[in-house]
Amino acid sequence: MRARRNLLRGRSLFFVRFFRSRITRKFFRMPTSVVGLSLVLGFVVVALAAPLIAPPAEPSRPYLVPRDSYLNEPQPPSERHPLGTTSGQYDIFYGLVWGTRTAFRIGLVVTLVSALVGVFLGAVSAFYGRLVDEVMMRVVDIFMTMPFLVAAMVLVTILGTGLDKVMIALVVFGWMQYARLTRAEIKKLKELDYVQAARAIGAGNRRIILRHLLPNAIFPIFVMATMDIGSMVLSAAGLSFLGLGAELGYADWGQMISFARNWMSGTYGSPLQYWYTIAFPGLVILLFVLGWNLMGDGLRDVLDPRMRGSK
Amino acid sequence: MLTYIARRLLLLPVVVFGVTLLIFAMVQLINPYKRLSLYVNDAILSRARPEQFDALIVKYGLDRPVYEQYFGWLKGLARGELGYSPSAHLMVQDALAKYLPATAELALFAIIPLVLLGIRMGVYSAVHQNGIGDHATRIMAITGWSLPVFVAGLLLLCFFSQWFPAGRLGTWTIPILRSAEWKAYTGLHTVDALLNRNWSIFLDALRHLLLPVITLSYISWALILRVTRSSMLETLRQDYVTTARAKGLPERKVIYRHAQRNALIPVVTVAGWTVAGLLGGVVITETIFNFPGLGRFAASAALQLDIAAVLGFAIFNGVLMVTANLVVDVLYALIDPRVRLE
Repeated sequence: MRARRNLLRGRSLFFVRFFRSRITRKFFRMPTSVVGLSLVLGFVVVALAAPLIAPPAEPSRPYLVPRDSYLNEPQPPSERHPLGTTSGQYDIFYGLVWGTRTAFRIGLVVTLVSALVGVFLGAVSAFYGRLVDEVMMRVVDIFMTMPFLVAAMVLVTILGTGLDKVMIALVVFGWMQYARLTRAEIKKLKELDYVQAARAIGAGNRRIILRHLLPNAIFPIFVMATMDIGSMVLSAAGLSFLGLGAELGYADWGQMISFARNWMSGTYGSPLQYWYTIAFPGLVILLFVLGWNLMGDGLRDVLDPRMRGSK
Repeated sequence: MLTYIARRLLLLPVVVFGVTLLIFAMVQLINPYKRLSLYVNDAILSRARPEQFDALIVKYGLDRPVYEQYFGWLKGLARGELGYSPSAHLMVQDALAKYLPATAELALFAIIPLVLLGIRMGVYSAVHQNGIGDHATRIMAITGWSLPVFVAGLLLLCFFSQWFPAGRLGTWTIPILRSAEWKAYTGLHTVDALLNRNWSIFLDALRHLLLPVITLSYISWALILRVTRSSMLETLRQDYVTTARAKGLPERKVIYRHAQRNALIPVVTVAGWTVAGLLGGVVITETIFNFPGLGRFAASAALQLDIAAVLGFAIFNGVLMVTANLVVDVLYALIDPRVRLE
């Protein structure tokens, strides 16, 4: 009977559990998670409605930020440019709106791919154990030895700059934490009775991993991924800020901020003259990352049983 | 204890070997013609004729099997030869040595707020759980965690650069630094200034350090605060803390003597990550504040596709991280007997 119940639990679907009212209610009771969710939803709306909010001048190349002239000095907010222009006269408002799409693309793709790679390797490592596990964990150690941003920077330099290269580099050095987490979870789970029961009724390795182990290990991974989306966008923006990311003029938050770099001291007598070049892009990226972090924090409090006691 | 350390030390070559392999694997992504620049001075390369390129490739063994190339490369590494950096016009190892003191100085000062603020506020936050101070530090920490380094740095620069300018020292100090009386003992300007008893240079160096140090350390600070808080909360619920209270110890003693010591054990683990965070942060921080250290050197080298310099910086990072991890492991065993006995 117990084995059968556990079997059902192993099979229960992710979404069914997610929308179970107790969890959802608890999530919405915390003001921080509600703020986080609203911020993320707000950015989703901006990303979806980008063509309406900031209609592109060239509909075939919407990610190209329009520029008025090649004038070096940033221009303050005006009717034509609601948030002003950067150095080189790129419109900040347009860049931020379309940059939201870029941010989602980077965050979702990088996180999804590194989570898939990490979960696969972690699951294999934990399930087969012994030599496979030992080798895999040493490989993880080695990848984790390099500081993340430095490693990504090196790989981008070697591959040649560009947004796609940045995304590749972030995945190459971003999968390890998922592997570790999945491994730890599955090691714990595979000792439980219901796995034995599944084996007894003749389930194969692949079936046990995919249908019985992973669904039960998915929540901590899901929480980690939620928080990772923000930090991956941050890292990508950091690389763009250093000039290793998107090509010049592409709608990308990191690049918008890098335009502000040489104007921070202002002019003699008015040190804050170019405040808009950093304030708006900085605020947008802060809110984006904060949204994901708050949401992840709330999800962890709700989903992670280990955290439940500490509240 | 000794066996524990011995086991860690035995594992060290494996990790070092792996890291060199990883870096070498990345180098293999570049074609042999480009890879030549890791061996040959740019000035020679630019004068070379096409057929000479092939001769050079044969000379440096870039056409040989991969494993032979790898061991050749390792031999060079062991001798401390990292290639020529066209962006610095120096050998990479010399360039690294030249920029190291500035970064070392920055890192040294960045550790101070971590220990003083991160741990202190973490303990405070846990002791006064759910108080106003706790919520305030928690919100500050999560905001600090979400605020990108480059935005924070630029904002600081925007508001305070009139008082705390970018760079490492004011231009007025150059004649003094070049004069015969000035003795550069360490290359760290603050330390040297103290040893030379030159207070105005000491103050100027501090003035230039303040903003980069804040920028570099606030994220690690937020991390340490949160880890200290949660670890302290867990420790305070343990039975032995109740015992300490029950036998009538003053609350201060219970918190700082009994609980805090054990609560700091997980913080040591985080210290290892902090080193990694600082190393990554150095690149961006130094670029923002035009601080002439390793990070800015690596960033500008990356922009100029100076691969030898970037790889040299990566190797330096790898060595530092392996050492840091070892130190953390040993420290861990020293303060937590459970680790030793495992």
